[in-house]
Amino acid sequence: MNGAHATTCPYCGVGCGVLASVGADGAVGVTGDPGHGSNLGRLCVKGAALGETLDLQGRLLQPTLREPGGALRRVGWGEALDRVAGGFRRILDNHGPDAVAFYVSGQLLTEDYYVVNKLAKGYIGTANIDTNSRLCMSSAVAGHKRAFGEDVVPGCYEDLEQAELIVLAGSNTAWCHPVVFQRMVKAKEQGAGPRIVVIDPRFTATCESADLHLPIRPGTDVWLFNGLLSFLFRHGAIDAAFVDAHTQGFEQALAAAEAEAGDPAEVARRCGVQLADLLTFYRWFARHGKTVSLFSQGVNQSSSGTDKVNSLINCHLLTGRIGKPGMGPFSITGQPNAMGGREVGGLANMLAAHMDLHEAVHRDIVQSFWDSPRIASRPGLKAVELFDAVLEGRVKALWIMGTNPVVSLPDADRAKRALAACELVVCSDIVEATDTNAFAHVLLPALGWGEKNGTVTSSERRISRQRPFLPAPGEARADWRIVRDVAQRLGFGRGFQYDGPHDIFIEHARLTAFRNHAPRGDGLPAVPRQLDLGALAALSRQDYDALAPVQWPVTADGRGTPRLFADGRFAHGDGRARFVATPGRAPAHAPDAEYPLVLNTGRVRDQWHTMTRTGKSPRLAGHISEPYLDMHPHDALRFGVREGELARVRSRWGAMVARVRHGGGILAGHVFVPIHWNDQYASDARVGGLVNPVVDPVSGEPEFKHTPVRVEPFPVRWYGFAFGRHPLPTARPHHWTLIRGEHFLRYEIAHRDRLADCGTWARAWLGAGDPDADWLEYEDRSTGVYRAAYVVEDRIEACIFLSARQDLPARQWLAGLFAQDRLDESDRASLLAGEPPGAGADTGPIVCSCFGVGRNTLCAAIREQGLETPAQITASLRAGGNCGSCVPELRQLITEAHAEAGA
Amino acid sequence: MGQARQPMSERRPRLVVIGNGMAGIRTVEELLQLAPDLYDISVFGAEPYGNYNRIMLSLLLSGEKRADEIMLNTPEWYAAHGIALYPGDPVVAIDRARRRVRSRAGVELAYDRLLIATGSQPVVLPVPGNDLPGVVCFRGIDDVERMVAAAGTYRRAAVIGGGLLGIEAANGLSRRGMQVCLIHRSHVLLNQQLNADAARLLAGSLQARGLTLRLGAQTVSLYGRERVEGVALADGSRIDADLVVMAVGVHPDAALAKASGIHCERGIVVDDTLQTYDPLVYAVGECVQHRKATFGLVAPAWEQARVCAAHLARFGHRHYRAGENATRLKVTGIDLYSAGDFIGGAGTEDLVLRDPRRGIYKRLVLKENRLVGAVLYGDAKDGGWYFELIQNGTDIAPWRDRLLFGRGYCQASAAGGTGVAA
Repeated sequence: MNGAHATTCPYCGVGCGVLASVGADGAVGVTGDPGHGSNLGRLCVKGAALGETLDLQGRLLQPTLREPGGALRRVGWGEALDRVAGGFRRILDNHGPDAVAFYVSGQLLTEDYYVVNKLAKGYIGTANIDTNSRLCMSSAVAGHKRAFGEDVVPGCYEDLEQAELIVLAGSNTAWCHPVVFQRMVKAKEQGAGPRIVVIDPRFTATCESADLHLPIRPGTDVWLFNGLLSFLFRHGAIDAAFVDAHTQGFEQALAAAEAEAGDPAEVARRCGVQLADLLTFYRWFARHGKTVSLFSQGVNQSSSGTDKVNSLINCHLLTGRIGKPGMGPFSITGQPNAMGGREVGGLANMLAAHMDLHEAVHRDIVQSFWDSPRIASRPGLKAVELFDAVLEGRVKALWIMGTNPVVSLPDADRAKRALAACELVVCSDIVEATDTNAFAHVLLPALGWGEKNGTVTSSERRISRQRPFLPAPGEARADWRIVRDVAQRLGFGRGFQYDGPHDIFIEHARLTAFRNHAPRGDGLPAVPRQLDLGALAALSRQDYDALAPVQWPVTADGRGTPRLFADGRFAHGDGRARFVATPGRAPAHAPDAEYPLVLNTGRVRDQWHTMTRTGKSPRLAGHISEPYLDMHPHDALRFGVREGELARVRSRWGAMVARVRHGGGILAGHVFVPIHWNDQYASDARVGGLVNPVVDPVSGEPEFKHTPVRVEPFPVRWYGFAFGRHPLPTARPHHWTLIRGEHFLRYEIAHRDRLADCGTWARAWLGAGDPDADWLEYEDRSTGVYRAAYVVEDRIEACIFLSARQDLPARQWLAGLFAQDRLDESDRASLLAGEPPGAGADTGPIVCSCFGVGRNTLCAAIREQGLETPAQITASLRAGGNCGSCVPELRQLITEAHAEAGA
Repeated sequence: MGQARQPMSERRPRLVVIGNGMAGIRTVEELLQLAPDLYDISVFGAEPYGNYNRIMLSLLLSGEKRADEIMLNTPEWYAAHGIALYPGDPVVAIDRARRRVRSRAGVELAYDRLLIATGSQPVVLPVPGNDLPGVVCFRGIDDVERMVAAAGTYRRAAVIGGGLLGIEAANGLSRRGMQVCLIHRSHVLLNQQLNADAARLLAGSLQARGLTLRLGAQTVSLYGRERVEGVALADGSRIDADLVVMAVGVHPDAALAKASGIHCERGIVVDDTLQTYDPLVYAVGECVQHRKATFGLVAPAWEQARVCAAHLARFGHRHYRAGENATRLKVTGIDLYSAGDFIGGAGTEDLVLRDPRRGIYKRLVLKENRLVGAVLYGDAKDGGWYFELIQNGTDIAPWRDRLLFGRGYCQASAAGGTGVAA
């Protein structure tokens, strides 16, 4: 394949356009697509490193069954699909439709999502299909539905550039949505650009560019926005006409706000911020009509997440700042297709195409469009409940697609136990070894980015194509196709006659337009929905393949819609938006004497989710290569841990180990741990295991940002690291983290036991048990220092550095040795030092052996000091002063030096 | 240096030097630096040459150097400094009462100061056959000449003694084409200089060069009729050889001094100024005994020369203190260095580096953050620097982790500001 393929980045919800090209050597190069409206040619570091994540190392390439004994057996698709369909059929027949469930992913394409949702809700007849978007987006969805009547993001990224004020609530935009952040910062730098206010308990990289940072106490966002609502009202910063004409419920909302947050001083106290800062924020908000409030997981991932969303939207409704350029509440998503999943109904409390399970008319519309035998009529189980039901045996068959719940769910060890107890676990995935796949009875190889074909929707409602530019590897197949084939085996063939994503997209587009807006000639009731892709329903296959990014709803002439609700008409039946009264509610679990610290979780800049892809990129491993526990130095003192050393973090639900760090951005009493590391990359770093399984009562989204924990020292006898060209068995050290490099795997390790014989232990671990192996070692036994390297045919194969203290050499230079096909003599001599000798240390070949004086040193001294006799050299450098064997050479060097000088 | 010059009198004091070797002549050189015109100097030497570098005999034997390349001081040098040289004419008697010496050729000279630098004699094993033709020691140019001649005629050689000289002799003969068997009483080669680990590497390296090793082997006799034909060992085995080199050590050559009534024990007993019991008589080099110690290496001889010269020059400000020793094996291609207390014991700590594929073994012995000993095999370029650290008692704690990787690392770290005391 030649030429650049326009496609869409598979990471966060910004939805950047990517141009991918495959070189003659198979290497994939990516650049930002300048023609794509979301990123206009920019890419963040994760996107730029996509080419490094596409190798087939670790890929699941063939359907695989787990035998009763645990052994894996590769099988053909026929057998695998029969096993899945047979298992589902048996459980459906014996236990009914609600005994099966699907747990899918915001990384599925819209077409994949559509097919699996249809199978569950229309054919099996259960709404037990939920998605990992529940963990990050569902509070925004619920907030949108409460306020607007439909799950709609009203604005677009351009608004961020046109705004006078940007409020970033619970968003480390700089790390998590870098391209959107760059657009804001660029606008800011151009002079008339926006002021930026960051609301975040942590001082993040985003705060570096902020005009104001409000480090509020976690979970107090509702008080902050209630206070703002009250402030705006009291200062007359309201759009009374808008409120009168287009909203309802203001009085109740204001009353709730006034009740607790009418006094800014009280709000400041409650939120733990300076009153002056709070008032600055309130005044700026009151003053700037063009205000965008962009929010993300800090708002959503909370037991009061939906109320937080509505308290924020309330302020925009009061000021009429919605749907117009440069303003609006703005939910930004963390996955490439969380939005697309929502559009097709891939959540347990939605039906399809923005229609609801609990509305008979909606069910009628969908069922009649699908012509399906059944239609789910009551909400299914949301993610956390779903796994509870699995554990309790109410759900007996679970099909997981493209997600890793054993890592990402709260109380993740409970999810582990649930899967272990489940009768049938099917996993569709692109990688074989994940913490979740370890529990699969059937593993189905899916297509990955660059192979799969379909659409995704970004945070600004922009539908964008993911296009294939790589062949399907091994036996891997598209998710829609796998689901279709199982549906057909379950006897639902008639509803699943798809030959490709184009067929599915057209059906989806038709459904969005079906009985939308006005009643049709048949007199059947219609349900108006903003989500209308009717204009795309006639796309030919070629048109679909060539589809340019477009923001829904799509007008009849095929143009997109950057902003919604500009006319003040909302999706509730009466056309009015709703204020929602949001009394403040503290996080579910308060810290106490036993668990006195509050755990916050989140992303780091260069990793994404559970690292199945970003973990492959050496470039991305460089930024933050190990799981860490960010905490305030005072807390470290209090709990007896030290920066750079390991600590155990423990909650009532679980524990993990990470390296202590003082990032400087965290309040005393709080700790932060990144979400990415898991059993594939570290011995004990799944933070999901600690997170309290508390959910928002409306959205069902878990409270990832607030779990009481305590911190304990994790004492070890020694620290170390090892490099290997090939994977090392991780059962050996007590603590390890795997970091992938360009030509090696690096393991940061620690061990609780003293080693009687480091050499024997290290040789066994590094696979150099053969006594004739080329093994070099350095040992300082009394300080517990041991270093060794294993060389095969003059090329470094592995090396290990251990020390009882935190004094290991830097890794950079050693890493470079793995790029070499052979070690030269000086590399080998330096290897166990872990670094090359200092500058100027190259003394040249030794001339005086007695005093170790090299040729370079001698020549320099002869030149610089004007030495003329061997005796003078001896006086200066001692060379020649012992055995005298080198005196003739000294004479010759003098002669040469003078000849050179004379020439 | 001219400030040391004495007012000219009718007769300058006379300094007679017995021994034209490295220690004696180095003392004369040092003296000439301090007080060039103080003495009338005469030198008697047993060997018929100027002064040469005995350390390089090994390279002469191996053919890597020619005789003229190992000369230190030619007859012209003596003449230029007004020194009367009597080569090939050893002193046979000292008459201390009359302050005169007499040479084998009958030369009699009076002295005001006498410097004895008669060196050492190789030990000859007291076994039957030790006087057979073809049995040589390894001490002087003439010994080398005999070995080289034998190598041209004969095929098999046995070297008794696995110390520095023995190994160097075995290597030299091997390079000259002989099949060489090296016989050593200990199981550890160079057991005065190496620990067992390094000795094993050395043994392997010598075997790889074609030498046969018999370690832990006791020589009981040499056999042969007209000429030596082999070595009989205590275990009953016999090693056929047309040339047998004995390199089982040296003892101080103190016979002349003893005969003249100067106090001797194993060697000529000197004090910290290198003075013997006779205040007019000094002694330096391998013939002396200083506080129970005798010497076989060049570094202490140099230091003795420096001290002794200061006293002969009437400065009297230097004192000899025996320091740690360092040795280096002069076998081309085998880089071996040892210094100080390389065995260690209670209270010492080891840093060890092993790279068998490159033939490298390094061991540093530390005591209370000071380097006290070093064994370097395969890469000894930092030996001199380590020896310096040993002698200076430098605190190495700041760069302990880099110490074994050499001076380049430690200086780099010092430059990096990790607080190395200058």
